[in-house]
Amino acid sequence: MSAAKIQLSEIRFKVNGVERSATVPPMKRLLDVLREDLALTGVKEGCGEGECGSCSVLLDGVLVNSCLVPALQASGCEVLTVEGLATNGALAHIQRTFLELGGTQCGICTPGMMLAAESLLRKNPHPDLDAIREGLAGNLCRCTGYMRIIDAVKHAIEEPILTADLAPEETVHK
Amino acid sequence: MRSNVSEYEFIAPGSLDAVLALLSAEPGAWTPMAGGTELMVALGAGRLEQRKLVSLWGIGELRGITASADWLTIGAGATYTDIRENAAIAKEFPLLARSASWTGAIANQNRGTLGGNIVNASPAADSPPVLLVYEAEIELVSAQGARRMNYSEFHLGYKRTVLRPQELVMAVHLPRGHRLPVEYLRKVGTRNAMAISKVALAGVGAMQSGKVQTVRIAAASLRETPARLSMTEAVLVGHALTSDRIQAARKALLQEVKPIDDVRSTAKYRAHVAANLLEEFLNQMAASES
Ligand SMILES: Cc1cc2nc3c(=O)[nH]c(=O)nc-3n(C[C@H](O)[C@H](O)[C@H](O)COP(=O)(O)OP(=O)(O)OC[C@H]3O[C@@H](n4cnc5c(N)ncnc54)[C@H](O)[C@@H]3O)c2cc1C
Ligand code: FES
Ligand code: FES
Repeated sequence: MSAAKIQLSEIRFKVNGVERSATVPPMKRLLDVLREDLALTGVKEGCGEGECGSCSVLLDGVLVNSCLVPALQASGCEVLTVEGLATNGALAHIQRTFLELGGTQCGICTPGMMLAAESLLRKNPHPDLDAIREGLAGNLCRCTGYMRIIDAVKHAIEEPILTADLAPEETVHK
Repeated sequence: MRSNVSEYEFIAPGSLDAVLALLSAEPGAWTPMAGGTELMVALGAGRLEQRKLVSLWGIGELRGITASADWLTIGAGATYTDIRENAAIAKEFPLLARSASWTGAIANQNRGTLGGNIVNASPAADSPPVLLVYEAEIELVSAQGARRMNYSEFHLGYKRTVLRPQELVMAVHLPRGHRLPVEYLRKVGTRNAMAISKVALAGVGAMQSGKVQTVRIAAASLRETPARLSMTEAVLVGHALTSDRIQAARKALLQEVKPIDDVRSTAKYRAHVAANLLEEFLNQMAASES
């Protein structure tokens, strides 16, 4: 059953620092715009209902579940996805500590976890354990058992002792 | 099955006046969307029936939190994060900051709004019991003007409210300067803070000379609407909190609640837990004078 098609909206926004646009139904989920229209497949879909956090991105610097944001509400905003965390091919510190400390296994939760961690550390550069747990509580992981993820965030708070001297390639293939 | 997004109209006129004009021009045709944490879930599940939506997100007039001498006013578009970060709320209405802190995880708190929670009108919602014990007033607005009433008059029945199709919730007003010494809030859910509650109970009160001087109690998931437990309150006011009196209050609570059986819990469990929460609150009251 196909109802009358509605008008498409042109969404212009800055994604990972680059001006982008997409002409899509205004209710299309930001998650799908990022994955399908902009090929940013680092954004994952788990539940599609706000429960798992695998679709987390920063919208104007604020952590959101992109499965619950209609495209039109992202218009004019800045979006940060996991693809935007690294600069010039060098992994961000939080990415390195996740890799180094086993904070990622199958990887489905990882982009969302990293953005939740990034959002937490921007607001609170020295979170205690409770704050880390709260900051990541909306992100589910079925692999790691969470301890290694929490460790990775803890180490991201401290000086970059673990991975500072590793080139990004070495870290990735370790 | 997920909905086909191509079937939904969605516009963002950008100002309060423009939204109100639209709602008045075609009453009932347009559904407002604030943070979308209810409506987008419905979309994802293929059960969003409204086909024409209008965005409230980003409308500044709806989002502010301001204080006058007598009232703290929270715009309907204020998010849980806005509420948690507001110093006046933390100081004067701490139960509201607390319920905000467990309304889903951070990403949900960043988008979900107070107005959306109220209008969605789930009997399980976390903000209403707190607003009820703080004796909040609610302000509704349309292109024709504004009206203001006690929040306790807002909910009419299961998911039915006094809101007219051309109206929006503008703000919630909390009376300042009446803070009572005992404040209680507890939510019992499956996954602690993150899950919709099975039962939640909010209470505020004051003792004087060993007797209950004032007490206000409200609960989530115990009636078809968020509601004060006025029979239970009446059993308590003017009395010492002896164990007999506490038993009488438990009985009154069980008489006036009509909990439901659903996927989250059974009516029997809910009623029993609610009575236990009441007792915990009353013990806190009793201890407050000593
Ligand atoms: C993962 C997750 C966890 C959650 N946990 C909780 C929880 O623990 N406790 C709880 O209570 N809720 C919870 N919720 C539900 C939801 O987040 C809240 O009810 C939230 O406050 C809804 O606000 P919103 O702005 O996102 O609503 P929207 O989806 O934008 O709107 C909800 C309804 O309100 C109407 N509306 C919104 N604003 C106005 C206005 N100003 N005037 C008139 N109508 C308006 C809309 O038309 C719609 O009918 C959860 C949701 C998710 C996805
Ligand atoms: S896919 Fe968005 S929260 Fe699970
Ligand atoms: S690493 Fe597999 S879900 Fe977290």
